[in-house]
Amino acid sequence: MQNEIKHHLTDEILMGYAAGTLPEAFNLMVATHLSLCDTCRAHAESYDALGGELIAQTPGNDVTMDDDSFAATMSLIAGGAPDEIRVPRVAGSILPGPLQDYVRGDLDAVKWRAIGMGVKQAILPTSRDASARLLFIPAGAAMPDHGHKGTEMTMVLQGAFQDEDDYFARGDVEVADSDLHHTPVADIHEDCICLAVTDAPLEFQGLLPKIAQRFARI
Amino acid sequence: MFAGLDTTKSMEQPDPNVVAAAVTGHAGMEDSDGKRMLWVSHMVHIRDTRDQAAFKELFEHFAPRVKGFLVKSGADASLAEECAQEVMATCWHKAHMFDPARASVATWIFTIARNRKIDLLRKQRRPEPEDLGWGPEEDPDQADVLALQQESEQLGRAIAELPAAQRELVQRAYFGDLSHSEIADQTGLPLGTIKSRLRLALERLRHAMK
Repeated sequence: MQNEIKHHLTDEILMGYAAGTLPEAFNLMVATHLSLCDTCRAHAESYDALGGELIAQTPGNDVTMDDDSFAATMSLIAGGAPDEIRVPRVAGSILPGPLQDYVRGDLDAVKWRAIGMGVKQAILPTSRDASARLLFIPAGAAMPDHGHKGTEMTMVLQGAFQDEDDYFARGDVEVADSDLHHTPVADIHEDCICLAVTDAPLEFQGLLPKIAQRFARI
Repeated sequence: MFAGLDTTKSMEQPDPNVVAAAVTGHAGMEDSDGKRMLWVSHMVHIRDTRDQAAFKELFEHFAPRVKGFLVKSGADASLAEECAQEVMATCWHKAHMFDPARASVATWIFTIARNRKIDLLRKQRRPEPEDLGWGPEEDPDQADVLALQQESEQLGRAIAELPAAQRELVQRAYFGDLSHSEIADQTGLPLGTIKSRLRLALERLRHAMK
């Protein structure tokens, strides 16, 4: 499956992930995609390497450490390593590990809310500068037509969807900027589950979805 | 290593004498600060023998750089100091996780500092991808280690040789906790210019890694 991913993350997003400048919801998208995509994982590592070289090249003499800095660090070390709580992840789930951490379990732990026309969503707890949610679109159903403010990325976890231009299957990421109006339709063969992140609220066109939007916080 | 910049590079077999020199910790290669392989061997000593002298040298070199990175990212001096100490303590505790066939010591420390920055300054979680299912090997192939360290040296040189305007922009993209549109606001340059200049910088780096 892995080498069939055709739609990848952009350089800008991968660089932002390495630099640590993305909103949490975007980091969740990247970590989820990297769990499925070796190509982007290798790219992400090279952006880490870029950060490493940049830090290596800073002069190092423009900042001084406190006088007792090394001793303080040694006593930190003597205090022992901080505990790391790692929740066991379910292998073979359609939710990659990073998503399981946010859902606090596997697919059956997702708290879906219907938002109309068979579409369901579950908003994931991230920082407020961007939002992340899981979307459930019944096989063959269309998402309401919507335009975007800001950047939206949608990654397929199960099933597939098609928009005017392309076909997206598991692991594929669709990146939509403000100029794109699109109507993705879920593939007929299977219900489609996606991770969608955006740094702005979606604006739906049409009365009914707008009301649904108000209640659904999207 | 630099798959993002060059996916076609083939790995050349390094000279065995150079490898032997690298293994024993005597840097058998020239690098920008002459110490790339030395840091790798220090990490091995910290991992295997809890070598405090090696750790002190590593600390003196990297702690101020980490602190500088955190200050540029918006931490005040005392928070940056505290945080840099924690980053260096993590290097000690997690020395067994460092894999010199996958990253330079500078890269590894950078990722620890970056994660601490997100945690402390942004007060956010940092989602990490699934483990690949294999940690660092007990004794990674020294040819792989040397090849990786040489590639990061090559990358370092390529960054140093970027035109000043491009290099400065790459630095801003990493140090300063700014998105590309925030950089545009700060510099007064149009977002399109920021993006194309960064793209040019990456193209140059890719070319240099061929």
